[in-house]
Amino acid sequence: MKITVVSAGLGVPSSSRMLADQLSHAVSEELTARGKSVAVSTVEVRDYAVDIANNLVTGFAPPSLASMLREITEADALVVVTPVFSGSYSGLLKSLFDVIDNTALRGMPVILGATGGSARHSLMLDHAMRPLFSYLRARVVPTAVYASPQDWGAGDDDEPVLNERVRRAARELAEMTGTYSTPRSPEEPLASLPFEDLLANITKPAGQRTQAPEHSSNR
Amino acid sequence: MEIGVFTVSDITRNPLTGEIPTENQRIKAAVAIAKKAEEIGMDVYATGEHHNPPFYASSPTTILGYIAAQTERITLSTSTTLITTNDPVKIAEDFATLQHLADGRVDLILGRGNTGPVYPWFGKNQQDSVELTIENYHLLRQLWDNDVVNWEGKFRTPLRNFTSTPRPLDGVAPFVWHGAIRTPQIAEIAAYFGDGFFANNIFWPKEHYQQLIGLYRERYAHYGHGAADQAIVGLGGQFFMAKKSQDAVNEFRPFFDNAPVYGHGPSMEDFMAQTPLTVGSPQEVIEKTLSFQEFFGDYQRQLFLIDHAGLPLKTVLNQLDLFGELVLPELRAEFAKRRPAHVPDRPVHTTRKASPVPAPA
Repeated sequence: MKITVVSAGLGVPSSSRMLADQLSHAVSEELTARGKSVAVSTVEVRDYAVDIANNLVTGFAPPSLASMLREITEADALVVVTPVFSGSYSGLLKSLFDVIDNTALRGMPVILGATGGSARHSLMLDHAMRPLFSYLRARVVPTAVYASPQDWGAGDDDEPVLNERVRRAARELAEMTGTYSTPRSPEEPLASLPFEDLLANITKPAGQRTQAPEHSSNR
Repeated sequence: MEIGVFTVSDITRNPLTGEIPTENQRIKAAVAIAKKAEEIGMDVYATGEHHNPPFYASSPTTILGYIAAQTERITLSTSTTLITTNDPVKIAEDFATLQHLADGRVDLILGRGNTGPVYPWFGKNQQDSVELTIENYHLLRQLWDNDVVNWEGKFRTPLRNFTSTPRPLDGVAPFVWHGAIRTPQIAEIAAYFGDGFFANNIFWPKEHYQQLIGLYRERYAHYGHGAADQAIVGLGGQFFMAKKSQDAVNEFRPFFDNAPVYGHGPSMEDFMAQTPLTVGSPQEVIEKTLSFQEFFGDYQRQLFLIDHAGLPLKTVLNQLDLFGELVLPELRAEFAKRRPAHVPDRPVHTTRKASPVPAPA
């Protein structure tokens, strides 16, 4: 299985990358334990900042960004981790998902993670970041993992330690890919119905139209 | 092979002087550019169609009719005519009239348009874009190919016993190209009717257009109009040149960096590497243009965008003089040498009149 990890931290090293690595390590272990062979590739969004901006301006991805986007759309599952900026996820991360076709992540299993300066931003994951992936019709695991500075030490008293949350999210992802993973075909071939069908469909009621052959069976 | 220019009709500030040309200046410049294109030996002048500032070309047949009167040889075309929001009856009438005035030197490239609000401005819904294209073009064909039309559809009031006048010149409708950048249905329409397919080939990498052209060629053969490599393909391109490559780069950079579509984005060097843009010497323009043939196969029409991004008229005319002197003869000779005998030449009125293409069964 191909797992792509997207880390939107800006510092080097960044705490988002630390969390991303922890999550991908746990995911690998959970999948390996279930008899799957796992290949992980990690993307630092920072390295593509200018390419992403250029893609927004011109409408196409320069070659290096195009190959990074394929890493994301052709993965079997994603781990996406962002720092919290101004009450939400990173704007650069949003721009990255803005230049990906909005149907390319349908059915994609995803773990969401975030890091921030205090635990007070943790619900950003569920109130801001989860809706983005709902829009993209990805399948987000129930546990989203937030790490505040405390989590890199003893953690807070009333919370399971970071490792346990990471492990729970990884287990959920492994179960999701194991039980009801559907084949995904991100690149649908370019095709059209024959002209006669295109013309006839215009005046037919919606339910009676000739349909193009279905390539993607996720929904 | 026909070689010409096409314009978007943008009115853009000159980044060097800060001057913005008036609508009047740009409209008169269109005429000057078309006449210059004919003078240097080009074959086509095509104008876009837009219905909002900063563009001037809302009335293409008016512009082309005036140019027709001032030229003798060049083909007048569009880039593109909006098949979605124009009434197909008016397209049939306007372009048949232009055909008579220009003695057949007329064809058109149909497109869906790229400006969302044009749909509501003309009482249409953008969601219907592809269906409007299919139904409107199907009607347009009948209006030109049949003397009497009885028609009923979804988007337009029915026609009973309607004759579109004037009838096409010599009974041969203007040749039609279909332009698309991402919609496979457009390639299908072009293939079904045995029409041409035009890929604007300007703003995106060539790989992007290859799939659509491939689909068009495949379906063209499927419908029995000829082999895949006999389908009628047109491409856009853009260049800026000077005798010395570095002069072209220095002169064009401020225009590139501030261009409305791709400015303030990638470097000119990256954009040249990734798209069909050439900024350089005449030899570099020749080599890049010939690479299109190597990539897309033999094709029939090459149009260049040369007057956008605030380039002053004087510069555009100089570009054309250089092109006529140092590029056009070489391109013509090389394209002619490369084109196998079974690949058709460009479709023009005189040859189409002699051997009309049968309508699809």
